[in-house]
Amino acid sequence: MSVIDQAKNAAEFIEDKTHEVSFDKLIWMLRQKRDEAALQVPEWEQLRDLASAIKEHTLANLGPYLELFEANAKRNGVTVHWARDGHEHNQIVYDILKSRDADTLIKSKSMLTEECGTTPFLQSRGVKVSETDLGERIQQLDDEPPSHIVGPAFQKTTEDVAALFSKVYGSDPNKADPVYLAHVMREHTRPLITEAKAGMTGTNFAIAETGAIVTITNEGNADLSANAPKLRICSVGIEKIIPNNEHLAVFVRLLARSATGMPITQYTSHFRAAREGGEMHVVLVDNGRSDRLGMEKFWPSLKCIRCGACMNTCPVYRRSGGLSYGSTYMGPIGIITMPTFEIRRYSELPFASTLNGSCTNVCPVKINIHEQIYAWRGVMDEKHQTPSLKKQAMIIAGKLLSHPEAYRIATQSTETALKVLPRFAIYNHFNVWGRHREVPAPANETFHEWYRKNRTH
Amino acid sequence: MRVGLMIPCYVDVFYPKAGIAALELLEKLDIDVEYPFDQTCCGQPMANSGCEADARATEELFIRNFAKFEYIVTPSGSCTHHIRNKFIATPPSPERDHVQSHVYDLVEFLHDILKVNEFPWAIFPHKVALHTSCSAIRGLFMQSMSERVHDQKFSKPKALLQGVQGIEFVDFERHDECCGFGGTFSVTEEAVAAKMGYDKVDFIDKSGAEYIVSSDLSCLMHLQGCAGRLQKNLKFLHLAQILNGDKE
Amino acid sequence: MDTREYILANVRKNQPANHELPGVPRFHRQPELLVSEFERSLKYMAGEFLASPPSDFAAYLRENFPNAKTICSAVPEYAGDRKPEDYRNWADAADIDVTIVRSPLGVAETGSVLLTENQLRVNTIGFLAHDIVILLDPKDIVENIHDAYEHRAFRESKYAVLMTGPSGSADIGGKTVHPAQGVMTLTVVMWPAEL
Repeated sequence: MSVIDQAKNAAEFIEDKTHEVSFDKLIWMLRQKRDEAALQVPEWEQLRDLASAIKEHTLANLGPYLELFEANAKRNGVTVHWARDGHEHNQIVYDILKSRDADTLIKSKSMLTEECGTTPFLQSRGVKVSETDLGERIQQLDDEPPSHIVGPAFQKTTEDVAALFSKVYGSDPNKADPVYLAHVMREHTRPLITEAKAGMTGTNFAIAETGAIVTITNEGNADLSANAPKLRICSVGIEKIIPNNEHLAVFVRLLARSATGMPITQYTSHFRAAREGGEMHVVLVDNGRSDRLGMEKFWPSLKCIRCGACMNTCPVYRRSGGLSYGSTYMGPIGIITMPTFEIRRYSELPFASTLNGSCTNVCPVKINIHEQIYAWRGVMDEKHQTPSLKKQAMIIAGKLLSHPEAYRIATQSTETALKVLPRFAIYNHFNVWGRHREVPAPANETFHEWYRKNRTH
Repeated sequence: MRVGLMIPCYVDVFYPKAGIAALELLEKLDIDVEYPFDQTCCGQPMANSGCEADARATEELFIRNFAKFEYIVTPSGSCTHHIRNKFIATPPSPERDHVQSHVYDLVEFLHDILKVNEFPWAIFPHKVALHTSCSAIRGLFMQSMSERVHDQKFSKPKALLQGVQGIEFVDFERHDECCGFGGTFSVTEEAVAAKMGYDKVDFIDKSGAEYIVSSDLSCLMHLQGCAGRLQKNLKFLHLAQILNGDKE
Repeated sequence: MDTREYILANVRKNQPANHELPGVPRFHRQPELLVSEFERSLKYMAGEFLASPPSDFAAYLRENFPNAKTICSAVPEYAGDRKPEDYRNWADAADIDVTIVRSPLGVAETGSVLLTENQLRVNTIGFLAHDIVILLDPKDIVENIHDAYEHRAFRESKYAVLMTGPSGSADIGGKTVHPAQGVMTLTVVMWPAEL
């Protein structure tokens, strides 16, 4: 697949004016709410340290913890499946549904199933899949992937949603009122929920000691998916294991506050076993995670609890829109995880960052995100993913900047300086700089010249 | 105390006055300053682009130029952060270690080493919006960051500027959000970079500031370009020029 | 090698160096203010709070849920029109207007209440109903989430939910609105359990 041109996609998003402005405002508000919520918790930084340490411990002992989880889940009567990649996962899910004649499936929001492409896989095989999360459902109705991992439809304005619902449900296109639109959705989704033959959810945490799956939703989507139908399938990324309930407490306290600024999400739901009269399946999915675990610089990204705080604080994400990354995970966490899935396709993502470091400092599990972004840039060069024009410029800059005589000749007059400076400062021509900004004017005399005249005699 | 002065490439060519102010300021404080003639750059443009190998010769040149100094001072948080924390294109050596552990941004040098808090020669009766770079905040910890809500609030550049007579600071929205420069980012992602710059300029313009002041000229170069395009009547100065008492 | 073996082998091969598992402190602060803290937290999450049982609960329900035709009670304190067991098909609980249930645990820090299959009996009555009224003994309120996870329900129940306020969504324009797919209102009544 071709390389995602995030910069070009972002430029188009900004060009449109309305969406970039409302998206930035909305997402920045989440960052502010996160700050207010963190301020209410005096032990905030201690919780971040604990969360990071618990995740690091678990990942360092992931094999034993996975086996412990599996044993406990089985003891609870849960059927445990293992999937090496997205395709295996989808096939397992489909086989379960087919063998039980379940042709209607309701879903609670799950990034893992986005990652695996589960919905298109099942739909192409005749399963009717309905998302129950409002944001996820909006995206499904508009045939668009999520633009944010917590609020999939954040890139849409209220007016966009009103227009979409009017088209799909015949609601009033001029009533851009979130309460009204939420009512429309509730009305139309309820029958899908009560008639579904199977339910599917993702997983926020899987507890090794109890075998429980913990899924956190604002609408009770996991509760509905797990309890309304008798058949329930639960997808779990293998990095979602944590040791015990005592550790879960740390993450529950951090997750919603980091994500939305609320002290807790409305439904924090724990599923140890199937509902009465039902059956419960857990699919443990690797999909590149066990390989990433062995990447010295990048394994800490597996600590991620999908709160989206890094995205909310990221000034580049907020101006680019989530869809510009062309990927399942977007923003800072997407930049450091997507190349592990497909290096060529996502080779430009590490450059969609100013390396400002805000992401690292909001991350509730203390992933060194901006350092990993920097490290990924090095990997792209090592793996020859740097575009040739850029690489040539860097080689020239490297030569010029290591030879003072040549460098001085190049910068001693303003005309030559202008030709050369862009090369090393920004490798490209100032005409790109000048598209939206005034070009700086070189001074009549460089500092170097001034110093020679004024201090060396 | 022998100090080697590093003048970043873009300061040398575009903002020599800021370099001169930094030099004169150090001289006013009786520091023995030398500007090594063979200096070029710290190699950050290549390294930040992932081209570590292409940065090696430039890093080596830097180490040759500066290893002999007791302190290396530069009016740039960005270069300081790179040299201190990311100078790894060359293999480890005592010289490299020395350079990494003895490089200071001008603000750090004045605030932490010299512990200066008065600049009696400087008067600046203007409204100032202080923009501190991300390298300075989250790389060098020169200022508390808004993400760490429980940390004690502080700002080393502001503490220094408070020693200047007449200066007035204005608050503005999202004061420590990145301005959008980001080195090569400013060109590879020019649309996003410019939008970030426009937003920053707008927030500052609304605050009633006359000047945008920073200890990083790379941010200022970008913001000045954005303000120019937006036709905002804002003026730009490096912090060293104010502390040195330059008349602008 | 089958998939399970492959994944476990690759995980073991790639596990980073061991990191110690830290102990988790309980972060206790003001245990004497539990009920008021619970009330504040619950209201923040758009929940309703009643400091004591209404003298006439039936009248209270009529007044507050005037359009309710079907009230499902899972508690001995109130008879209701239906019992959870009336819903043999769990999805049918969608016809409930108001569910009455008792929670064995409240959390002051967040305003959450615990519900499990022991209280709900038919789990769907807890979120397919339009509105829910939850009885909670003030003695069952703990200070924070750390305390809450000491509860045995999280080790023993098949299903345990910490429910906090009515279901909500901020997916359109970032403003939290109710309704969403779960209950549209949630009321917690401080109601000591009968001895």
